[in-house]
Amino acid sequence: MELRKNYFADVRKDGLHEIGQPRPRLDSPGHVTGKTAYFADRNFPGMLHLKMVRSPHHHARIRSIDTSEAEKHPGVARVLTAKDVPHNVYTILILIQIGPEDETVLADGKVRWKGEAVVAVLAETERAAQEAAAKVKVDYEVLPAVFDMEEALKPGAPLVNEHHGQNYYLYDSGECRKVRFGDVEAGFAMADHILEQSYQSSPIEHAPTETTGCVVAPEGNDRFTCYTNTQAMFFTLDNTSIILQMPGSKLHFVGGTVGGGFGGKVDVIVEPIAILAAKLTGRPVSFIYSREEEMQVSSPRAAEKVVIKDGVMKDGRIVARKVTGYTDAGAYSRHSPYGAQKGAAHYPGPYTIPNVWIDTYCVYTNRTPSSAMRGFGVTIGDFALEVQMDKLARLIGMDPLEFRFINAYRDGDMKAHRQPTEGAALIECMQEASRAANWPVAEKYMAMSSYRKGA
Amino acid sequence: MAIRRGRGVAAINYPTGMNLGGDPTQALVHSTPTGNFTVTLSSVDLGQGMKQIMAQICAETIGVPTDRVIIDTADTDTGPHCMGTFASRGTHRAGNAVIQAAKEARQVMLEVAAEELEVNASDLETDGEGNIQVKGAPQKSISIFDVALSAHFKRGRSISGRGMFLIPRSYPEKETGAMKPSTCYAHACTVAEVEVDDETGEVTVLTVKNIFEIGRALNPKMVEQQLVGGSWMGISHALYETTEPYYPNRDHGGTDFNQYLMPGPGDLAETEIIVLERPSADGPFGAKGPGEMCANPQIPAVANAVFDAVGVRIDTLPITPERILRALKAQAAS
Repeated sequence: MELRKNYFADVRKDGLHEIGQPRPRLDSPGHVTGKTAYFADRNFPGMLHLKMVRSPHHHARIRSIDTSEAEKHPGVARVLTAKDVPHNVYTILILIQIGPEDETVLADGKVRWKGEAVVAVLAETERAAQEAAAKVKVDYEVLPAVFDMEEALKPGAPLVNEHHGQNYYLYDSGECRKVRFGDVEAGFAMADHILEQSYQSSPIEHAPTETTGCVVAPEGNDRFTCYTNTQAMFFTLDNTSIILQMPGSKLHFVGGTVGGGFGGKVDVIVEPIAILAAKLTGRPVSFIYSREEEMQVSSPRAAEKVVIKDGVMKDGRIVARKVTGYTDAGAYSRHSPYGAQKGAAHYPGPYTIPNVWIDTYCVYTNRTPSSAMRGFGVTIGDFALEVQMDKLARLIGMDPLEFRFINAYRDGDMKAHRQPTEGAALIECMQEASRAANWPVAEKYMAMSSYRKGA
Repeated sequence: MAIRRGRGVAAINYPTGMNLGGDPTQALVHSTPTGNFTVTLSSVDLGQGMKQIMAQICAETIGVPTDRVIIDTADTDTGPHCMGTFASRGTHRAGNAVIQAAKEARQVMLEVAAEELEVNASDLETDGEGNIQVKGAPQKSISIFDVALSAHFKRGRSISGRGMFLIPRSYPEKETGAMKPSTCYAHACTVAEVEVDDETGEVTVLTVKNIFEIGRALNPKMVEQQLVGGSWMGISHALYETTEPYYPNRDHGGTDFNQYLMPGPGDLAETEIIVLERPSADGPFGAKGPGEMCANPQIPAVANAVFDAVGVRIDTLPITPERILRALKAQAAS
């Protein structure tokens, strides 16, 4: 790695004592010698292990649940169903007033995706819990499922989630988050070329080294200590407090040393049910995802579809950009309405375009709920935007790097969401890329700056 | 049939912190009797090195070496609230809270030193080695060790401080989408060079040159580890990963690392990282959040390089050999 200090030297104070120094990490020796303690290193006498009975169907009504054989299985301490959960229907972003509550801790009457938690089994060993889980009998009536976002949005599609009433998230702005800037149709009318293209991604797994989990210990004072690898301590504590209808003062969360998150540990999934189990049994409880659960049950990055329509002039200026983004939330919201909204704030990318129209939809389907993942709302959008930029450059016979200089945002430029650009540095990154990759561009682009006089 | 070479470019920006703000983080700082400093937080270290960076930020602000700072984090009984470690927010939000708390503690520390040295606190400075001295007269000095002892046992002062950082929440206007999503943006430009075997559809990423503008490299070695890791993840997203290979079909999802494909060490490109620093107006020492954005530009850069190599566009991720061969077949047929 090289630091190129010649850029922006006029606005930066170098020569500090600790900042800017490559100090060795104080936690590295522990990590590389195996001495660092993670949540799963906690082990308590009498600890129970929790395993989930999960839906084998994408969409089904639950006619009945029979746990009698599972309860008789040797080593089983307790079996939990929906009726044991005090506030079973929840949604995590309710803490920042983004509702409605749309998901169950344990399925109640219906399952909406393959892998959904239905019954929790607690036993002396992981093996006993697994064996007992296999003995839970759930009678399902399979319902039609929908997996394709376009199909889900059509009239007459199977309704994925009754708490929403339609297969998309309803924003205060309607069926999508909208950005309107300038006159996009007038922009298309004046453009030399129009290019409309569609981009698609599939769900992606976070693949952390350490799978999601927690270990809960009931304390003598009617409190519960939860050792967890959550990425957000109080966010998890406060949601747990709502789900269990338990004062937050009864909850003590300990964490902060995590073997990789990437957004996969921002959902609140394992802690509430494990704490409930500890409360109902009076014993310590461990609930740790298997690798299969981590990959197919825990939320992935959402699949996205992005449709971009651009109007471009022969001289390289983009004069109109219309983006329609679809985020596949799966069966429940989790963080997906936030992610789709973040996309609306991100488009049309780091370019100054006078006429912009953006619609971003959060769509429900019968698949594993998607949620936060490194860059969500932006990562797939950037794939679509930057491939589109390459196509536009080739369409008008221009070098793809030079084409970006022509449209790059600079200080003071008004963005589509009506904030003036501050602290831009795209041009300087491209200038350095031109040098580092030996990709020459015209001298006038190498002379450009993100600064504007008076900006 | 041949091995064909191509290169592609992509340029991006990325917002720091939760979209639309409203995501607070707090920090507390206090001195021990012998002049070490404890930072109390509830922020989570995901392995990226949050604890180390908070220690360096506290040390710089107080004016002591980093090894005099202890990070006590993520115990909800003791640590004040943090929204969480996500949205490229950890360093920016918690770092600002630590600076505010450390400044308050530093002020008390200088006041106690001033009483001991019988000078004005405003005439004092730290030497960064653990001492406080009179500006312009460094021979008149006192160690922070002695200042802390004095504060605890003689003068009855608590060398401590409170820090809080919050970007007020923005609410998008319904019809126009007018809003303030973020206060600072990191930037990147990536050039990727690939080889594509037009017989097998296999893509080899030869080189990836990443230029990242991240506001301020608070610890350059840690910046490097995060940016290199992100760059690998970007390649992995471009060419390998999905839990649903035939999306929207739900079948054939991987359940372990034998089935869920990710690049191995031999599949990784020669990776070059160049960092630019345009300090952000509201970042701790100008830092922005590069945690998420560093994995983004490689995806379109690789996609564009594949097109440059073999002349077919793969607009569906991941760009698998199967998709490339099908596109080449369709191209040959038309």
